[in-house]
Amino acid sequence: MTAVEVRGLTKVFDVGRPNAVEALLDIDLTIEPGEFVSLIGPSGCGKSTQLRLIADLVEPTRGEVLVNGKPARRARLDQDYGMAFQEAGLFEWRSVVKNVELPLEVKGWNKVKRRTRALEMLELVKLSDFAEHFPWQLSGGMQQRVAIARALAAHPPLLLMDEPFGALDEMTREHMQAELLRICGETSTTVVFVTHSIPEAVYLSTRVVVMSPRPGRITDVIDVDLGPRRDVETREAEAFFRKVTEVREALRGIDAPDPTLEVEAALGAEDR
Amino acid sequence: MSASRAVLRVMWPPVVFGIAFLALWEAAVNVFDFQPYFLPAPSAIWAEFRANTTLIWEATKVSGLNALVGLLVGTALGVVMSFVLARFRLLNDLVTPLAIALNAVPIFVLVAVFNNMFSITSEIPRRLMVTLVVYFIVLVNVARGLREVESIQLDLMRSYAASEAVILRKVRVPNAMPYLFTALKIAAPASVITAFVSEYFGGSQNGLGSRIVGNIALSNNATAWAYVLGACLLGLTFYLIAVALETFAIPGGLGARTSDGA
Repeated sequence: MTAVEVRGLTKVFDVGRPNAVEALLDIDLTIEPGEFVSLIGPSGCGKSTQLRLIADLVEPTRGEVLVNGKPARRARLDQDYGMAFQEAGLFEWRSVVKNVELPLEVKGWNKVKRRTRALEMLELVKLSDFAEHFPWQLSGGMQQRVAIARALAAHPPLLLMDEPFGALDEMTREHMQAELLRICGETSTTVVFVTHSIPEAVYLSTRVVVMSPRPGRITDVIDVDLGPRRDVETREAEAFFRKVTEVREALRGIDAPDPTLEVEAALGAEDR
Repeated sequence: MSASRAVLRVMWPPVVFGIAFLALWEAAVNVFDFQPYFLPAPSAIWAEFRANTTLIWEATKVSGLNALVGLLVGTALGVVMSFVLARFRLLNDLVTPLAIALNAVPIFVLVAVFNNMFSITSEIPRRLMVTLVVYFIVLVNVARGLREVESIQLDLMRSYAASEAVILRKVRVPNAMPYLFTALKIAAPASVITAFVSEYFGGSQNGLGSRIVGNIALSNNATAWAYVLGACLLGLTFYLIAVALETFAIPGGLGARTSDGA
């Protein structure tokens, strides 16, 4: 069974209106369990929209999304995936551990069971000492780790991430990338990861999906095999740079988007 | 640093300023030889306050009870209505302009209208007045707190397959709590002001407002100021109770941060 199956997926915003935007056109993508797939492309290429379609947070105009072999709606209702965004999105009135407990609370787990699991998750992201702290007492990187712990709390087989490290500084970012690989390795979670950063996509992924804007389309899929263990040396290996170059060239093949369209897309499509 | 020292550090500038201000006032009255009907000295006001403590206390109880009843009823109604508005978008669009329009009415004129509706000694018109003022403050703030939830938090809740009822309970209500306490911190002193300004429009001559007017009419300026001091203390007490409730109700000191606009 595939982790994610996307067939003929098309999303048009404001259908039938003069300002209709074709965010995605005929996307086909199959992701196997255990894969780490990055979606990369210039802004407005629909990569975030695609993630939100997989999450069933927006409805497709045409086409089909299957998660764990189920329709996306069913998968969402079964909490088959966890999600993390660029902002940590922690609930500021809840302590760190209670933030991690929230998805379990909604699922109806009892108090003892969800506290035990939440503490396990905090150990996984190395924040056990901060369980009773409140979000605003934590640094940006720590908040993002709490968000990841929360996304994985219900042990979902799939993790959907929308530029989760986009707002972090370079050092924290590299550290978080390594942590994410370790955590996903330990929990054998499948990941779909949206990013702007080529080195980030190459470092993390088993496959990099290159997308182009207007309409959003997959232009290239690049397999990345840098071996199972990725540490500091990986980032300095020649194979790593070769892959970075390959992705960069794939992206360069895409016509540079018209800057006026870019502004419109940013105004129109960002908060959907 | 210990907690008491922290309190001390926050407290001393306003205390020093207050004392300096009173000293300057006292000095000004003496140096420029202000007549008591123009501006009485703080020492004279204090003497009057001491001499009339029982009367001021009685008047404070009347105005204070009116303010308290209005505050409680207005808060309860405001909270209930904000939930209704949050639930029904259309109603919100209908009611909000009306609320703004009503708020623009010089609202104290309504006391005169209410006074006609009830017996002359009734406290109900004053309490209605306070209720109305508090109601709008609470309604506007809490409705905003229930509505203005970060979109990412709503996305997360939907990804957990949470129902609207669960989202209300676990996201909207906690999100609205700092808004409620901000409203209370505005409404608590406002309720006191409304209670005694309402007394200017007739009715029993038993509260702080009517005493102030009465004493000024008799040129007992220092006594009037002594009642003003009573009113000030009452308003301050209400405000401090609101602050204490906030500190108690909101974990992690979030309320204090929110009131700074964080």
